[in-house]
Amino acid sequence: MAKATREAFGEALVRVGGDPRIVVLDGDLMKSNFTYLFRERYPDRFVECGIAESNMIGVASGLALAGKIAWASSFACFLSGRLETIRMSVGYQAANVRLAGTHAGVGIGDDGASQMALEDVAAMRALPNMTVIQPGDAVETERCVEYLVEHEGPVYLRLTRQKLDDVNPPDYRFELGKAVVLREGSDVALLGTGATVQEALKAADELAGEGVEARVINVHTLKPIDHETILAAARECGRLVTVEDHNVFGGLGSAVAEVLAANGSGAPLTVLGATDYGQSGKSEELYDAYGISAKHVAEAARALAKGS
Amino acid sequence: MEAAQQVSEVEDRRALVERLREEARRLRITDIRMLEKAGSGHPGGTLSAADMIAALYFHKLRIRPDDPMWADRDRFVLSKGHCIPIVYAALARLGFFPEEQLMTLRELGSPLQGHPDRVRLPGIEASTGSLGQGLSIAVGMAIAGRLDGADWRVYCMMGDGESQAGQLWEAAMLAGKRGLSNLVGILDQNLVQQSDLVERILDIEPVVAKWRAFGWHVREIDGHDMEQILDALDEVETVTDRPALVLSHTVKGKGVSWMELDPEWHGKAPDAEQAARAIAELEGTATGGGA
Repeated sequence: MAKATREAFGEALVRVGGDPRIVVLDGDLMKSNFTYLFRERYPDRFVECGIAESNMIGVASGLALAGKIAWASSFACFLSGRLETIRMSVGYQAANVRLAGTHAGVGIGDDGASQMALEDVAAMRALPNMTVIQPGDAVETERCVEYLVEHEGPVYLRLTRQKLDDVNPPDYRFELGKAVVLREGSDVALLGTGATVQEALKAADELAGEGVEARVINVHTLKPIDHETILAAARECGRLVTVEDHNVFGGLGSAVAEVLAANGSGAPLTVLGATDYGQSGKSEELYDAYGISAKHVAEAARALAKGS
Repeated sequence: MEAAQQVSEVEDRRALVERLREEARRLRITDIRMLEKAGSGHPGGTLSAADMIAALYFHKLRIRPDDPMWADRDRFVLSKGHCIPIVYAALARLGFFPEEQLMTLRELGSPLQGHPDRVRLPGIEASTGSLGQGLSIAVGMAIAGRLDGADWRVYCMMGDGESQAGQLWEAAMLAGKRGLSNLVGILDQNLVQQSDLVERILDIEPVVAKWRAFGWHVREIDGHDMEQILDALDEVETVTDRPALVLSHTVKGKGVSWMELDPEWHGKAPDAEQAARAIAELEGTATGGGA
């Protein structure tokens, strides 16, 4: 059933919330990111920080340094906008903080550019010890939040405002750093992350009708990225398309390009993503306008096939 | 109370004050030696903080040098991270690490980084150095202590220059709102920041009214008067409904007459000759009329 990953996140926090180490921090967005569910159940371990994200991040760090598992949540752009605070008070500190950035990308729709995080993955990827995860559906979000109870070190979790189709089976098991091949194929590899995984799957359906067998890969962990699966795709499919609801400067496409280049792969790569700050519109319209909908993924795959 | 017991307590207090004054003097000397050896650092703000650091580390803080991560320890966060050498001097004196290591300050591979690094050096509670962030971390620690029903306290020393940072006031507001009486802020108000006097760069006054407005108990002291420091640190423990701030009026560069209140000595290490002169003054062996 289609569900926003922010909602799955809020529900999952309640499920793991019996662990007394877990503390959830809010910057007056609990209804948007569903952490109000945790507050209802565990009010003592819910810390409302008000619209003061830098402080929220620092407080999360202090909680973590005193033994707590601190979940600080806000819109992705308001977290990554505090990059220096995250660098100093979380990353350099090696604090066991989880930053949950909801409302990622142009997929948020109407609210427009000021609320659209399109550079957060690049920013978080640049912090040496930061793990960066973007689940592609509700079940993956749930398993990921469960996994993160015992994970050590800072984590950035990127979540959507909009509902996402189920792309994983109900018995899905989350494995950090291991990309998931959702569909086998050897003509072209389509790599998505978060909300664009479903676009890649739809594109693969479209391409199959034309006799092109696309491999679809869900790159839920953007850092550390799965070299093995990416290189296998380059080797076996020969050409790759990445698609992300993020700009093209430092996100999934860049990470994949780094893996290919560092390993001497000459496989052609097309990187689909935003190139500006975003704007208002309907989510689906924006996916079309920014060239990251299934239609564009399929087009990119066809163009790559022609070029070879 | 028996008269004899009262006399004994007064004498104990007097002995304590004397001991801590001597420790502060030693910290200042060690600080100058370290900075001279490193060839860079911040004499002004380390010297202004020396008396408070001595009172905390050699008397007030409940810590175990042989077990730096002891769960029930008090936490000290130095938000004005550039002044960490004076804390390193105290940690070494207490045996957190060998005193010889002090002279590796700012060297490649040394745990004594130019600014505090909790990962590299046990005994450091929080890595700081980006001004305005320490109090947030201290607030988080204090909330954790509350959640655990623990009786340890969190002390956070801030500078007056960094009081210009917005995040510090975000943290102050949250601590006030939550009534974190296990949190003690110390404002080392030494009046000088890197480029000029604080009041000329961006005045933070009326600073007492600000902290009170944010829900804090405020106690003002002469931060170089050990008796006042001890009284203030005792007093804040009696406040049970709100966080407390000790507004410590200090002199940047205190103890070395020609460094005092001179922005020049915010972030410049003394050379060998200057260090010798500074140490002579601190040892009380200086001759003549000074520099």
